[in-house]
Amino acid sequence: MTDATARSGKNLKVTRSRRNVAWTGIGTVIVVAVLFVFPFYISSGTLGIMVQALVVLTLASMWNLLAGYAGLVSVGQQAFFGLGAYFILIPAMHGLSPFASLPIAAIAAGVAAFPLWWLLSRLRTGYFAIATWVMASAIALLIEQIQSIGGGTGMPLPGLTGWDPAVLTAYTYWAALAVAVLAIGTVYFLLRSRIGLVLTAIRDDERAARSSGVKVGIARMLVFVVAAAGCGAAGGVLAIDLLQVVPTTSGGVFSVQWTAIMAFAAIIGGLGTIEGPIVGTAVYMVLQQTLQSHNAWYLIILGLVAIGVALFARRGLWGLLDEKFNIRLFPVGYYLWAPGETRRWRRNGSAGAGRPAKADASS
Amino acid sequence: MAWVNAVIQGILTGGLYALFACGLSLMFGVMKVVNLAHGDLATVAGYIGVGVIAATHMPFLWSVPVVVLAMAVLGYVLQRSMIQAAISRGELITLIVTFGLSIVIENGLLQFFSADTRGIGVGSSLISASFSIGSQIQIAWLDVVIFGLAVVVLLGLQFFLSASKYGRLIRAVADDREAAQLSGADYRHVFGIAAAVAFGTVALAGISYGMTTVIAPTTGTDTILLFAFAAVVIGGLGSLWGTLIGGIVLGVAQQIGAQINISYELLAGYVVFLAVLVIRPQGLTARRSES
Repeated sequence: MTDATARSGKNLKVTRSRRNVAWTGIGTVIVVAVLFVFPFYISSGTLGIMVQALVVLTLASMWNLLAGYAGLVSVGQQAFFGLGAYFILIPAMHGLSPFASLPIAAIAAGVAAFPLWWLLSRLRTGYFAIATWVMASAIALLIEQIQSIGGGTGMPLPGLTGWDPAVLTAYTYWAALAVAVLAIGTVYFLLRSRIGLVLTAIRDDERAARSSGVKVGIARMLVFVVAAAGCGAAGGVLAIDLLQVVPTTSGGVFSVQWTAIMAFAAIIGGLGTIEGPIVGTAVYMVLQQTLQSHNAWYLIILGLVAIGVALFARRGLWGLLDEKFNIRLFPVGYYLWAPGETRRWRRNGSAGAGRPAKADASS
Repeated sequence: MAWVNAVIQGILTGGLYALFACGLSLMFGVMKVVNLAHGDLATVAGYIGVGVIAATHMPFLWSVPVVVLAMAVLGYVLQRSMIQAAISRGELITLIVTFGLSIVIENGLLQFFSADTRGIGVGSSLISASFSIGSQIQIAWLDVVIFGLAVVVLLGLQFFLSASKYGRLIRAVADDREAAQLSGADYRHVFGIAAAVAFGTVALAGISYGMTTVIAPTTGTDTILLFAFAAVVIGGLGSLWGTLIGGIVLGVAQQIGAQINISYELLAGYVVFLAVLVIRPQGLTARRSES
């Protein structure tokens, strides 16, 4: 595109997507509707696996928001996951229904993220990452000191005894579905808002963004808080699913294993796209289901695959698909159509790491 | 007297923490790599030690140079392959790759060696020997030896970096990679050497920890990495002697915490870490703020 055409601007068109967004919108509604009626048609066992998948999907979407869009590598997200579980347990001990407490868990985890951000934001990249780990470790230690909520051994979740197991599983599934849809929806609308532009500006050139008055710190803080709330809600769903809250011992809510799972799922699927975590979660579930009888093997293989993807296909599996077919289910960027161009579009070699080349609509 | 004892034990533990921390600090200082697998690699060194002793029946002290050498070679190879590949793809990828490595190592150890704890040199006289000052203070010789080892390692690193040929190359590459390369230094090889040195200290850290207590597959992350990092932050990012000061502060804080209530040991260390992060994010030894 030459300068002249850009200045005249007459023949240029800027859209969110290469294809008609209405179709993907309708598609999303249909998918969610189909997922919604699942409990009426499939067995409790399969539904239980679906709950796990939706928890992982929520977590992976949150980790993708952190690392893929805000450049924040947190390896301490289990802190918020665990806090979410405990903020289901504590209201339940006082008689509140665990399902009704899910918003409390999300909000509490989000609120907890503010003071922690104040501490963590003093450190950058790698040191930020380990500091989140220290933070998670310290929070787990603190929680373990409180004997009234189970101390180091954990507690069964009260308030759901006497439910028909099949009904409980169905409600757990709907809760997990609601959390996952809300999480992905929040990421989608957050990225389409001004914050999305700010994050893109930071990703492209942080110093330039800073010097043009972009509030880099506030955008990152917002992402950190949203991700904390999402992980908290997911932790709440897990507490309801397992009907107990265990702090650190094998598979506990404060285990770093949770961050490993969410990070690996996001990386394998593709960081920097909303679709990536969905693909990554599918890969994770397949690996987990086939290898679950071999103890720690699924995490070893998952880790190796994640390392391989990070090194050799940094845009993940979705990135590979996108490169071939140019699909985008959740368009959060912009496409600039060259004058007269209507259909085919060749990928620009310098397209950004995560999303297609963006054009600033105002210039 | 119990408090004096706590402080003395804390200072001695600080030496061990400095050993944990100096490899992390060196890797960051030279390659700008924050190695999230740092602690797990130290655990691997511990397991290699256990394996070498079990297989060859050599006296356990003889296993130390063997493990250090093995880890140094591993460090060079890992740096030239996986870590270098990650570095050239940016900070985000480096963190992801080292985090992946950490999880893979931890679960690999769990898979092959089970969750059982293992000690190095259990039953040997050096491990259990101690001496007393007065009636209430009892000091383990092993702690003194490890503290001495930490000081020797830090002195050695300082001498290596300031006086040796490779040390000068490492500093040159750390300062300005392009300029060093233009002057004929292959920065990849220099990075490999730096990683080998760092992994050598990691090996000492892992073996020392295995001697003082026991190692398990999760030791690497829940103890070594986090303590190393706390020591680095308290002492000041990128400062070699800062790791010793940070380690001592962390050790003393933990021992005093444990003196108040045994379950406050770890928490007290993290409280001091957070306090330093709030009050002096540049660390205790740094002259100006950099972060």
